Order: sequence, then structure tokens, then C-alpha cells
Amino acid sequence: MPKRRDEMVPDAGFRSYYGQPVIKAPVWHEPHMPVYLYLGGMSGAASMIAAMARVTGHDRLALAARMAAAAGAGVGSVFLITELGRPERFLNMLRLFKPSSPMSVGSWTLAAHGGLTAIGAASAVTGVLPAIGDAATAASAVTGPVMAAYTAVLLADTAVPAWHEAMRELPFLFTGSALASAGAALMLTTPRTAAGPARAVAVAGAAAETAAGMLMARRLGLAGEPYRLGRAGRLMRASRMLTLGGGLLATMAGRSRALTALSGLAITAGALCTRFGVLEAGRASAADPKYTVVPQRRRVAAGDLASVPGRCRPATKP
Amino acid sequence: MAERMGFFTDTSICIGCKACEVACKEWNDVPDDGFVFRATSYDNTGALGADTWRHVAFIEQDGRWLMSSDVCKHCTHAACLDVCPTGALFRTEFDTVVVQSDVCNGCGYCVPACPYGVIDRRERDGRAWKCTLCYDRLRGGLEPACAKACPTDSIRFGPLDELRARAAERVERLHADGVTEARLYGESPDNGVGGTGAFFLLLDEPETYGLPPDPVVTTRDLPAMWRWAGGAALALAAGVAACFLRRT
Repeated sequence: MPKRRDEMVPDAGFRSYYGQPVIKAPVWHEPHMPVYLYLGGMSGAASMIAAMARVTGHDRLALAARMAAAAGAGVGSVFLITELGRPERFLNMLRLFKPSSPMSVGSWTLAAHGGLTAIGAASAVTGVLPAIGDAATAASAVTGPVMAAYTAVLLADTAVPAWHEAMRELPFLFTGSALASAGAALMLTTPRTAAGPARAVAVAGAAAETAAGMLMARRLGLAGEPYRLGRAGRLMRASRMLTLGGGLLATMAGRSRALTALSGLAITAGALCTRFGVLEAGRASAADPKYTVVPQRRRVAAGDLASVPGRCRPATKP
Repeated sequence: MAERMGFFTDTSICIGCKACEVACKEWNDVPDDGFVFRATSYDNTGALGADTWRHVAFIEQDGRWLMSSDVCKHCTHAACLDVCPTGALFRTEFDTVVVQSDVCNGCGYCVPACPYGVIDRRERDGRAWKCTLCYDRLRGGLEPACAKACPTDSIRFGPLDELRARAAERVERLHADGVTEARLYGESPDNGVGGTGAFFLLLDEPETYGLPPDPVVTTRDLPAMWRWAGGAALALAAGVAACFLRRT
């Protein structure tokens, strides 16, 4: 393998089969997968905002949040279905509920969340059955945070080192990004005087996303290298700057429309860069056998071999 | 329940004829995987994938030429099966792992989940494919096509317990003959995937053959992942609540 000058961890001198990958890279496409990650997260956080806004009497903000939550879940579902190799079979996702599969858990969560947010938005727009609409929005405050967080488990529950090793930070990176995304979307779609809580959410989300990203980079070591190199590195750096810049602007965005637009767009672009960057880092992490082989070789050398304690042999299907 | 069946691939007697690759393709009607000269070795299939269910690796070293026919490991704890959301992947009565192509909707989740890089999505078809350990032949009382076609019996098929005993004897014999580098790969039920249904006798480190030296089923850590995600979800809810309560 060619050595890289900016390699952070010393070359452990590993061997490979002609430099070929050991694991398969994720087959998920751009823009489908990362855009779904963005929309699903935005929708999840927006539904939480909608519920809180309704309870605290921010009715204008609640309306916008209900619309954003429903739109994010609806459009996100379309991206997710077109991502499938056999889109016409998307209903097979609901063939069974399988706790060992984060995608199964996610599909059911999305189905519930999509339904609830659609009811909430339809009721808010038409004025029909307001009690049902309120109840649906309140319930979506439960599905929403799950929507924003499950996608981190979806990625971490793979053999891709940059994702699997990031199982602690990815959920906070994604929920932080979801908060920032929803805050930004609502800043852009709500009159400034009514958007105060949205700006606060955007600032908090941008701060959380930035902190989680920095912690992840610091803790991961070799497994985190793909987040710093190549296209993934450029996307993650762009995300950091856009999110930080947009978050800082959001603290003063209440003063003008221009500041609001600038801040909201920067945060949105930053959140998108995060999602595209994480997918790209996963691909790079799978493509170079170093990331798979070196940590495993270290375990072998240390005599600390992997095992699966406490798990019995699975039952055979009759 | 039938006995657990598997493969023992003894690479010390593989001659690299690729009869296994051809027999597999013909029996299972696997489409071609491209006609590419890779210019690295005698290997012209490169890696396991949707259209390559047996892959013969060639490694030229000083004084010897390693050949090994790779295949799906049919893990005891199979990540592909664990993460499959539709139930298309299932465990058969032979304790093998098989994709039901009429159920698979091509979500692609099994692909990055496999710690060996075996299963893949066939893009022109949209579904995931891999070795079935010739499920149809097994049900008919036949051995898998690759094992049947192997002229040196490098690929042995049978009840896993028998294969393990046989493999232990073979390693002992090779060690006695001075082939001290011979070692088994994947056979231990204590490893990170609970032992593989298809295991190997190798003459070098696994990574030389493109195999991971200490693979782990990713779902082993799933409870921890959900705990961290649960914490993040609660933090999100608390964060939103704080933003409103501060201002009202």
C-alpha cells in the first residue's frame, strides 16, 4: 500500500491481498442515502419542536414545524424507497419487526413517524380534527428523537471501521445535526419574531454537532482517519466551518432577514456536508484494507481475540 | 433438525484449477463477473461478490505459490442475517445462511455488515446474492457443486463436527511433516462470529489471502449502540425542551 505522509498512526506493517479491500463498501447511493439521513433527522427534531411549540403557545412556529416534520419524513421516504435495489418491494420492510436489524426498527419508526407527522400537518393546515392533530404531534415527539438517532445505529451496526468504532459519537453527531437542521429550516420558514426558539435550537444543535465531531476525531485514532482524508475530509471540514459559522450567526440572526437567511442556509449546508461526509468516510474506510486488518492484527498480536460472549447458537428455522 | 453442514477448504492441496468457480456458476446460474485481466496474479475474479460465490486466490511467494478457494463462511452469528430487515436472509435446517431472492428488496444493508466482504448487491438485478451452500442440492441429498467438482478434494463438504475432527488431524499431519505454518481459520466456536460453517486450512496469515485476521459480528455490540443512541435521543428531546422553557 502507498504510504501517506499525513498518516496519523504509524504504519503497523500489515499485509493484504494485492491491496484489495477485505470488506465490501456500502452500496448506498448519493444523493439518496445522505439526503435521507438529513431529511429524517430534520423531520425528527422538527416534530419535537412542533410538540414543544404547541405546548408553550408558539402557534406560528408549531405550524411551520409540523409542516417541516411532515415534509421531511415524506420526501425522505421517497429517497429511501428509490435507494432500494427493488423499490417495488419496499413494503417487504414491514414484513416483520426485527430488533436485531436497525433498518427494520428504522422502517417501523419511519412508518409511524411519517403517519403521525402527516396527520399533524394535515390537521394544522385544514383545521379539521384539531384534537387528533395535537395528539399526533404529541406522539411524534416520541418517534422524532428516535428518527434522529437511529440512523447512527444503522451505520455503526456494520463492519465498516469508521462507522462501527464511532458508535458512541455518531448518535450525538446525528442528533446534533438534526437539531441544527430543524432549527435552520424553521428559522427560514417562520417570521423572525416567532422564530426565537428555532434560533436557540439551531445554536444548540450546531454546538452539539461540532462537539460530537471533534470528540469523534480525537477518540477514534486510525479508524477515524477516513474522516480527515480525501473527499470525506473536505466534506467534514466544510461541515465544521459551515455549522460553526451558521451557529454563531444564528445567535444574532433575530436582527435581520439577511442574517437569518445566511445562518439558516449555512447550517443546512453544513448538515448536508456532515451526512455526505460520513457516507464517504465509510466508503473510504471499507476500501482500504488497512482499516480492517491493522486493528484486528493488533488484537491477534496481543492475544486478545474477539469473541461473542453470552450469545447462544441461534435457533434453526423449521 | 438436520446436522450442521459445512465446508472445510484445505488450501494446502488446492491446485488453483478454478473448477469450483465454474461448477458453482453453472449449477447456480450465476452471471459472468466481467472479463478483466487484473495484471496482479492468475486470479481473474478478484473477490467474492454477487456474481462470484467461489473465488480462487493466487499468491506468488518465494519458492511457493499459494492458492485458496474462498467462499461464504456461513457464520454461526451471521451479521448479514442479523441486519436483514425483510427476513430475506434466513438460517436453513442445515445451519447455513441463504438469501430468499423472492423476498430481498435490495436494501443493501447486508453488504457492509459482512465482516468478510462476501455478500454483495447485483446492480442490474437490485438484489443481494451469495453462496447458498447449494441449498437445493443439499435438500436433494447431493453435495454442493464446488465440492463435487474439486479434483483434489481441497474442498470437503460434510457434517461440521466431522470436518473439524478431520481438519485437526490434517493440521497435525502437516506439522509432523514440517509444514509448521499450517493453521486452521474460522473453525473455533469461540471466535468473533461464533465459528464459521465454512472454514479453512491456510499456509500463511489470513490477511495474505484477503481474509480478516480477527473478524467480529457487528451485532455483538448492538445493545451498546442502542444505549448510546438512546442517550442521544434523550439529549435531543431535553435540548429542544430547554430552548423553549428558557424563552417562555
